[in-house]
Amino acid sequence: MAALIFVETDEGNVKASSLEAVSYGSTAKGAATAIVFGFLNDGQSDLIGKAGADKLLHVADPAYEQPNIMSYATAIAEAYKSEGAELLVLAKSSLGDPVAARVSIKISAPLVSNVSELPEGNTVKRSIYTGKAFAITSLEGEKAVVTLKKNASPIKDNGSTPSIEDFSPTVNDADNRVKVTSREKATGEVLLPEADIVVSGGRGLKGPENWGMIEDLASTLGAATGCSKPVSDMDWRPHHEHVGQTGIKVAPSLYVAVGISGAIQHLAGVNSSKYILVINKDPEAPFFKAADYGIVGDAFEVLPKLTSALKAQIG
Amino acid sequence: MKILVCITHVPDTTSKIAFTDNNTHFDKTGVQYIIGPYDDYALARAVELKEQLGGSITVLNVGESETEPTIRKALAIGADDAIRVNAAPTDSFFVAQEIAEVAKEGAYDLILMGRESIDFNGGQVHGMVAEMLGMPSVSPVMTLDIEGTTAKLSREIEGGKEYMEIDLPFVAGCQEPIAEWKIPNMRGIMSARSKPLVIKDPVSDETRTRVATFELPAQKGEVKMIDTENIEELVSLLKNEAKVI
Repeated sequence: MAALIFVETDEGNVKASSLEAVSYGSTAKGAATAIVFGFLNDGQSDLIGKAGADKLLHVADPAYEQPNIMSYATAIAEAYKSEGAELLVLAKSSLGDPVAARVSIKISAPLVSNVSELPEGNTVKRSIYTGKAFAITSLEGEKAVVTLKKNASPIKDNGSTPSIEDFSPTVNDADNRVKVTSREKATGEVLLPEADIVVSGGRGLKGPENWGMIEDLASTLGAATGCSKPVSDMDWRPHHEHVGQTGIKVAPSLYVAVGISGAIQHLAGVNSSKYILVINKDPEAPFFKAADYGIVGDAFEVLPKLTSALKAQIG
Repeated sequence: MKILVCITHVPDTTSKIAFTDNNTHFDKTGVQYIIGPYDDYALARAVELKEQLGGSITVLNVGESETEPTIRKALAIGADDAIRVNAAPTDSFFVAQEIAEVAKEGAYDLILMGRESIDFNGGQVHGMVAEMLGMPSVSPVMTLDIEGTTAKLSREIEGGKEYMEIDLPFVAGCQEPIAEWKIPNMRGIMSARSKPLVIKDPVSDETRTRVATFELPAQKGEVKMIDTENIEELVSLLKNEAKVI
């Protein structure tokens, strides 16, 4: 029995988190079919194949170009049945999560979100208490829907070119009741939940006018930028950059916190990071206790130094 | 305007997370319980919508009797009545079924809850309930306004926001800045004592997942402190030890 993977795209490019999902499904079940909506840039279907999908269902109908939670759920449930899949895998996202919930009801399957590791038999490990613990969760029956946290599976690159089939789901008018009137989206930036490195600033930066230093470091590292809750509350930075308990939870390979003291609510949003670097002028800042690397120093002095040292290293 | 607000009863965000009985149960020793912070935003917006449009707010919790102080707090904040489905919320499918049943009986115009609970962080229940009821669902909702029978709302997406319109009824999972949390005043606290709280038995015992055991994350090693005069050492650690550059 195969895995079905919902692959998300951003302007025709497959999201890295979806490639992780493909590799997860392929490793868990041996065979994997991906389903993707809308247009794909050249070479993207090969990436999906390399990550482990043998087959790609492509929904090319322009009606599916813009994400629609309800119609995507209907289409994915249909593909799950027609493919005879057992496991449905989705990357955790503002689209993947709600689609997963609806599909799990349509196909009467257990759903586990925030899965952080490959499954063992019919049990999965999921992150709970905002990253402060894990629950080893067993699923009833053979079917399963899982949504993945970042870094739940390495991305494979040894797969071959997938067979591509056009897929035309049944259209259901009742699925078009949410009318999306507009979208505001930062372009050209690394998206925070997708980023492998995140550089965040806190009140220690003293004002929004000083964010250039954060952006310089981030662009040197190919990182996304984030911020603490006070910074987003004061409107120094937009809410979609707020990292923490009530904001975005991130799980990058490296999290860099600059001028953030490390309140427990902020730590809850970053504790799944592999490595944490803290830069703070207060040696007593609680964040140092959660860090792998620390520098006690003034951000205004340390950041330019660090950025130029990294530039020299990375080139 | 009939609004149903579903709330969770969860450990305070500053709680120490520990487990007992061979890591099979959450250790409640010394833990303060609160209304889920996201649910609290949903409730606050419901109170504002009721002030503006009239109607009523019913608060719903799936939980055992220990959750009643949390339900009374929601009544003190401004809900008119409450329903407690008397069962431990063991699985999101189980909870969604109970909410869907209450929602069907009450024929609500709007069903609000938090984007996720802060204990299990599933973020699944609103989508499941909506699918069971054949309604749209939107999450995480950042602004919500009602004009007649249509709602205008925005939700957060990666790197931005999406704006939309939906006809009532629908289900919404809420987050900040949809409303400011409301602190109950003395009059609210007094009146909450006499507001109706109906206890119902669950309609089903079906669950689809089961927690076998809990685990705590591996302890972090000691932090390596680097001198500001020695930034190259940090670059070397990032390259050779963390292997992130």
